[in-house]
Amino acid sequence: MSGHLYASVLGLVQRKPPIVRVAALSGRYAPHAGDVIVGIVTDVQGSFWLLDIGAARWAPLHMTGTPWKIDFGETGEHLRVGDSVVVAVEQIENTGRIGVTMIGEGLGKLEGGTLVTVSPAKIPRVIGKGGSMIATLTHATGCKIVVGQNGRIWVDGPLEGVDRVRASLELIELEGQRRGLTERVAELLASSGRGGPGPAHPPPPDADAGDEGGVPVDSESFPEQ
Amino acid sequence: MGNVGASEVPQLIGPDGLRIDGRRADELRPMRVVAGPLKRADGSAFVEWGANKVMAAVYGPREVHPRHLQVNDKAIVQCKYNMAAFSVDERKRPGLDRRSQEISKVIAEAFESVVFAEEFPRTSIDVYIEVLQANAGTRCAGIVAASVALADAGIPMVDLLPAVAVGKVGGHIVLDLKKEEDNFGEADLPMALVPQSGRMVLLQMEGHLNLEELKRALDLGVGGCRAIYEKMKQALRDRYSVDPPTPVAEVAA
Repeated sequence: MSGHLYASVLGLVQRKPPIVRVAALSGRYAPHAGDVIVGIVTDVQGSFWLLDIGAARWAPLHMTGTPWKIDFGETGEHLRVGDSVVVAVEQIENTGRIGVTMIGEGLGKLEGGTLVTVSPAKIPRVIGKGGSMIATLTHATGCKIVVGQNGRIWVDGPLEGVDRVRASLELIELEGQRRGLTERVAELLASSGRGGPGPAHPPPPDADAGDEGGVPVDSESFPEQ
Repeated sequence: MGNVGASEVPQLIGPDGLRIDGRRADELRPMRVVAGPLKRADGSAFVEWGANKVMAAVYGPREVHPRHLQVNDKAIVQCKYNMAAFSVDERKRPGLDRRSQEISKVIAEAFESVVFAEEFPRTSIDVYIEVLQANAGTRCAGIVAASVALADAGIPMVDLLPAVAVGKVGGHIVLDLKKEEDNFGEADLPMALVPQSGRMVLLQMEGHLNLEELKRALDLGVGGCRAIYEKMKQALRDRYSVDPPTPVAEVAA
């Protein structure tokens, strides 16, 4: 249309001739095959559960996609409404149906802990380049952290550590597009680190520069895939 | 209220051509648009326009409720326009009435024609418009707020959707009626415009205008919409700019 390009969503323009991209600043989680995400059970049916994954639609998790041996009608004995699970997106069908599975390393039901939600657009910053941000957070607070690509982050550990992770995530959400983010988070962690397990490790100098994907799991409890 | 209660229609346009609040015929009331004031909604906006105060919240795309409204190949847009009981001088009886149902319907249809609904099959985009204080032109203020809220929610759209009412008051075609002009004027013509294409997606009329007056009114309204469009874009820019940095101490507290 007359040589003009218009974005359909609110976002930041990235020009790398001949490619023009718009990175959306808001919006619901757009699922991609292979994403590891945190879902909350919203409905229990005879042979599957419906998960709220923060996307436009609920995602059905079929009982064959779990490590359990279940007979029809016994789904409620394993997962109930309100439970949280870590699942992987298998495929997006052309009807828009989002197929997820709980079979795989690092996937399964979440017991205990706290869920913190950030905008899915900020997830690359939460992980940091090569997982640097997550490493900083885990080290400074001694918490187990699982990051879902859909913006849901599960944190478990000492209460005070969980609070500090939550404050850090708030900062990331607020200033996700700023340089030097990992340093600022380390600063925040150090300033609120009363009797926490050791001082924050200084992050690599350009730790925040890229938005590396990477496997969003803490190395201790959920080994990398 | 003393002078208004009489059968005499108040003089709405002075001998100097100025209106009762001192505006020229083609002047908008002062307007403030704030994007993203609500945390729980996917997108939100607040509009203060003259004495109007309107809050809009957008949820979705999400599962359709009730289920039978779901459409297989696209998203539906559902809108609820509501006036607070305290939004007008006499307490408004709360809840749905014929007027709010009509406004909800025309606003939903206006937005259906600007969002890319095919991208989200079998879902619903829910728009809530709450009028906190009313002074004529609330449906337009509602559309402006809802449109900024939709953009804030990251929903793909053809364009933002500015809206304004034009009317005939004391024989003059004027932009953006306020309450007295709406009550005692001869015509009221609310409209919503897609600025980039010039397409009109909402147009209603109350009262009488001849063809020549209608044409002038439309021209005036299009100009008004373009001015409002700029304020809407600025509100979104302000929402997503990050300067100055938040002090670390504040985040921790």
